[in-house]
Amino acid sequence: MSNPNGRLVLPKPLRQQGAELDDRLHAARGVRTLLRKIFPDHWSFLLGEVALYSFIILILTGIFLTLFFQPSMTEVVYHGSYTKLDGVRMSQAYASTLNISFDVRGGLLMRQIHHWAADIFLAAIFCHMLRLFFTGAYRKPRDTNWLIGIAMLTLGIIEGFLGYSMPDDLLSGTGVRIAEGVLLGIPVVGTYLSFFLFGGQFPGTEFVARFYIIHVLLVPGLLLALVSAHLFLMIHQKHTQMPGKGRTEGNVVGQPMYPYFMVKTGAFFFFVFGALALLATFAQINPIWQYGPYTPLAISAGSQPDFYMGWLEGSLRMFPSWTWDIAGHTVAWNVLVPALVVPGVLFTALGLWPQIERWATGDKGYHHVNDRPRNAPTRTAFGMAGVTFYGILWLEGANDLIAVHFNIDLYLTTEIARYAIFIGPVVAFWVTRRICLGLQRKDAQMLAHGVETGIIRQLPNGAFVEAERPVTEDEAAVLIARPPAPQLPAASAVDSNGIPVPEMRGLRGRVRSRVNAMFAEGISLAPPDGHGNGHGEGEERAEGEHVAVGAGSSGEPGPGGGGRPAAVEDESGTHGGGV
Amino acid sequence: MSGNDNDKDQENTPTEPTAPRRVIGTPPPSRGLLADLGRAGGGDGGTGTAPYSPGEAEAPELDELPANPPSLLRAKQFERLAAAMFLLSMIASIAFWAAYIGLEVQGPGNALDRTLRSNLALGGSLSVVFLALAVGFTIWVRHIMPPAELVEERHPMASPPEDRKAFEETFVQGAETSQITKRPLLRRTLIAAAVPAAVAPIVLLRDMGPLPGTSLRHTVWRKGTRLLLGDSNRPITAAEFSTNGGMITVVPEGYEDNQDELAKATAIIIKFAPGELQIPTRYNDGVNGPRTLLNSMNWTVDNIVAYSKICTHVGCPAALYEQTTHRILCPCHQSTFQADRGAQVIFGPAPRPLPQLPITTDSKGYLVAASDFQEPVGPSFWERG
Repeated sequence: MSNPNGRLVLPKPLRQQGAELDDRLHAARGVRTLLRKIFPDHWSFLLGEVALYSFIILILTGIFLTLFFQPSMTEVVYHGSYTKLDGVRMSQAYASTLNISFDVRGGLLMRQIHHWAADIFLAAIFCHMLRLFFTGAYRKPRDTNWLIGIAMLTLGIIEGFLGYSMPDDLLSGTGVRIAEGVLLGIPVVGTYLSFFLFGGQFPGTEFVARFYIIHVLLVPGLLLALVSAHLFLMIHQKHTQMPGKGRTEGNVVGQPMYPYFMVKTGAFFFFVFGALALLATFAQINPIWQYGPYTPLAISAGSQPDFYMGWLEGSLRMFPSWTWDIAGHTVAWNVLVPALVVPGVLFTALGLWPQIERWATGDKGYHHVNDRPRNAPTRTAFGMAGVTFYGILWLEGANDLIAVHFNIDLYLTTEIARYAIFIGPVVAFWVTRRICLGLQRKDAQMLAHGVETGIIRQLPNGAFVEAERPVTEDEAAVLIARPPAPQLPAASAVDSNGIPVPEMRGLRGRVRSRVNAMFAEGISLAPPDGHGNGHGEGEERAEGEHVAVGAGSSGEPGPGGGGRPAAVEDESGTHGGGV
Repeated sequence: MSGNDNDKDQENTPTEPTAPRRVIGTPPPSRGLLADLGRAGGGDGGTGTAPYSPGEAEAPELDELPANPPSLLRAKQFERLAAAMFLLSMIASIAFWAAYIGLEVQGPGNALDRTLRSNLALGGSLSVVFLALAVGFTIWVRHIMPPAELVEERHPMASPPEDRKAFEETFVQGAETSQITKRPLLRRTLIAAAVPAAVAPIVLLRDMGPLPGTSLRHTVWRKGTRLLLGDSNRPITAAEFSTNGGMITVVPEGYEDNQDELAKATAIIIKFAPGELQIPTRYNDGVNGPRTLLNSMNWTVDNIVAYSKICTHVGCPAALYEQTTHRILCPCHQSTFQADRGAQVIFGPAPRPLPQLPITTDSKGYLVAASDFQEPVGPSFWERG
């Protein structure tokens, strides 16, 4: 596609078409910029794409399902292909779900892809969010997009719950019943909300149709709008990038959208679709014919919601039976706190986190280069505390299965969870912080001494030394990429006139100063002095002397003095668990 | 990439044991343009601050993409591989159509088997369709397209001061011209009009359901309502329980298929050996109304007791019963009730015992209710009191 002069030109027909379009749209410049948009490369950047593509697949398979699903609770007697339920009274919703599974070719496949895609959609959002959190990618200017993401996560959970409630099978009906019980627990308006949602007493004859229209129109519409805003902001603000050679706050390094990213992401879309098709083929999900139609009389033991509701289920299981009966009214703390207050607080804290961190660090600047999680030990520690809190709730949501499979007393699992929910996050916070500081020490040591190769050499005098090689430029660029330690004036600080610094005065100032000191702690990368010949002496304790503990530290003894980490750890090691 | 690393190791130290060349968490040895750029620019390693100083990218913006891959021969080989993947995808698509046409799901025989066979064929072929495309695309972008990396400058997010100033002026000028800032009457009446109008849509939702009234306080059990077995809708006599045993679900006669009523009225009956059943006499506190009896041994028939099956936590059916310990367990959140002691809560989040249904026998010996439950069944609600 180039003419003899070496100029790159389009074939004539395409060129004419393009000109016609540009005559009307004035798009040449903008689209050219878009084609050359740079996408930095890191495996963790794919997590958001998994969510996006799952969402697209949800829409595609969902449209197919709406062609056959009947969102009606009219009672019918089943006489379809699945003879085991022949003659059973059930709602039309359940009967049509059986029909999709057993009488429509590919219906079961589409149902299972749809259900798996919903689980993967939310799992991907969770992981994407953890990635953003642990690398600090939510910082200015992307804090707006962070909030949009939290809104999408919330909507995604609601959407998933509505979706699996619609078949009106025994399992989903139990979930709806629990949701009704939670609604009833809301003070003052709870009973009214429940009666309005269900069109009267539970279960009524309305909720499937109402859930349906919310599930296929309202929430997907909102999600679509938010996804568009999310992507627009992402393009407008450009991607963050992981630290590396040549990557600065002032540039983006990577491959252009056209042709590289288009093909890459096309491949990725097909990987996601292919993986979902594989799951739907070989991993059965939500076999509603085994559960039977919903009846308030029955339930099956070991009932489990989809994974993203598990933490709320665990929260309900764990909380004690506190209620108040006062002045003729019942306040159901046992429902209100675990099902509404806990998620409310958690999501609010997530939403406010960028602000909280700005307050703590005093860092109001732009950040386009991500942190390695170890380089923000306190943030990473808060993140892991949150992950642990969520994880304990989630495990408690399956405590009956844990009790059965591990042969533990059922009540003991709950008792343990009741303690662990307080102790676990604190331990996780402390351990994570120590690991991060240890990894920082490791980085400092690697810069100073080089990389351990694992090759042992014997010296002429019989001594053994480990060969080390110096870090490469590429490696060094990653290792030295540390954000400047955020620092606010100490609580006792005074300005040049001897007046205490205003924002650091009083109790709030002292708290802020302490928190800031915690955020600022880190291991200095300052090159060692006087240890130039230390290489290969096997004297690991020497490394403790290289480190200078950052401002505000209470001088904790470094665990690094006791020996080096067993292995070079990947930063992804701190991402573990959570979903 | 790891393959490349190994190659290099073997070239460098053919007889030495190999060691990991790449520190985890750092990039692989650079390839392509950026590596050259970095070398040309002298690198920024060692200064410690360079990656965080905005606008200090020493590399000029490179706009050119390479036209050809470094090795045309390798590209050709990979082209064949990618083409094979695309062909495989095409064949799988045809297999998908064939499975759709060839494997009927309706017809005689076992519906589940037919469906699962069809699912396997359709899903298996569809997986290959997508995965082969994905692999082909990946080969294309990684091995046929020449490797390249570009650097794009970031521009400040904040608008230049003059733009902000112009915006501010335009905005304020508009507000002034509109007169809204100068005329409080206009402003306040507009707000007064907007607020009730905004609430109107909420008012419209009122008819989504009836008001609760006292419907949650009562069930359909009345004096003389016969207890029907939940599975067969058959009335039962006390004499049928020759031995003490499990827990049986019962429903009120006349409401066997009324889901709304069953969601409140469903009950369970348990027969105990003589002497085992010791229900404490329990009253409500009487603070918010008349003092009423909530549990009584007099409400049992021949050591048979009836409780609400609806858990007082969030309303799941309390469906599991352990005969040896006489415990009723709700499988949803594991609230546990002591059946021989008035269904008192011994574990879990349920705040109250399962309400006891007073039962007696009618003239024919059938078990019947002696009255409705004496307290609201099921989960807590605000008006419960």
